[in-house]
Amino acid sequence: MSEQLLFTFDVDGDDFTSAGQASSQVKRNLRQLGISPDIIKRVSIAMYEGEINMVIHAGGGTAVVAVTEEHIEIVLKDQGPGIKDIEQAMQEGFSTAPDDVRSLGFGAGMGLPNMKRYTDYMNIESEVGVGTTITMRVNLM
Amino acid sequence: MTVNELLKLEGFSPVVITDGEAEVKGVYIGDLLSWVMGRACEGDAWITIMSNINILAVATLSDVACIILAEGVELSEDIKTAAKDKGINIICSEKSAYDIAVALSKAL
Repeated sequence: MSEQLLFTFDVDGDDFTSAGQASSQVKRNLRQLGISPDIIKRVSIAMYEGEINMVIHAGGGTAVVAVTEEHIEIVLKDQGPGIKDIEQAMQEGFSTAPDDVRSLGFGAGMGLPNMKRYTDYMNIESEVGVGTTITMRVNLM
Repeated sequence: MTVNELLKLEGFSPVVITDGEAEVKGVYIGDLLSWVMGRACEGDAWITIMSNINILAVATLSDVACIILAEGVELSEDIKTAAKDKGINIICSEKSAYDIAVALSKAL
C-alpha cells in the first residue's frame, strides 16, 4: 500500500461544545481500518487536545489525518494569534487559557505536552498574528 | 461487575444507560479532562464532578465503561440526549468521589 488515506475536518471555533467531533470520527475510522486500540487511543487523544486548543485559542481551524503504511499523520492548521514562545508553551502547567475554559476542566497547560507525549513526532510552526500549524505522527511500524 | 450490577449498589441511580452489560474493570477519579483522557483506562468507571458536554468526548476517547457523577451533580437534558446518541453510560450518586470509590472497591 503506497497511497495514503486522507480524512479532512473543519474544527468550528465558535462551538466549544462540538470539539471532539473530529477526533471521535477519526477514532471510528481507524477502528474500521483495524488499527490497534493503543495506537487509536494515542492518535485520538493527541487530536482531541489539538482540537480543544484550536477552539480555545485560535477560533477553529482544519485537521487533516493521513493514514499510510508507516504512520498516522495529523496536521492541525489555524489562523489564530500564533504562539509567542513555543518552548514556554510546551511546559506542562503553562497556560494562557481564560478562566471560563478552566472551569470546564481544560486550560491546565497539559494540551501541548500531552500531544507530544502520545505521538512519536511533533513539530510546531507558528507565527504571531498569522497562525499555527502542528504536525504529529504516530508510527505504525 | 457490569454497569447494571453497579446500579444495584445502594446510592447509585441511572442517568443514561445505553449498554448496561458493559464490564466495569476499574475506577478512575478526576476532573481535569486532559489528565483523565490520558490516564483513565478502558472499562473504568470514571468518577467526576464535571457536567459539561466535553465529558462525553473524554468518555468516548478513553473507552470508559461509565461516567459516575458524584456529589449529586446533575446534567442538562441536551447533554443526556447527546450521551444517548454517543452510546455513553452515565450514573449519578449523592456520595462523594471517595465514598463512591470505596463502594466500588468492595464490589469489584
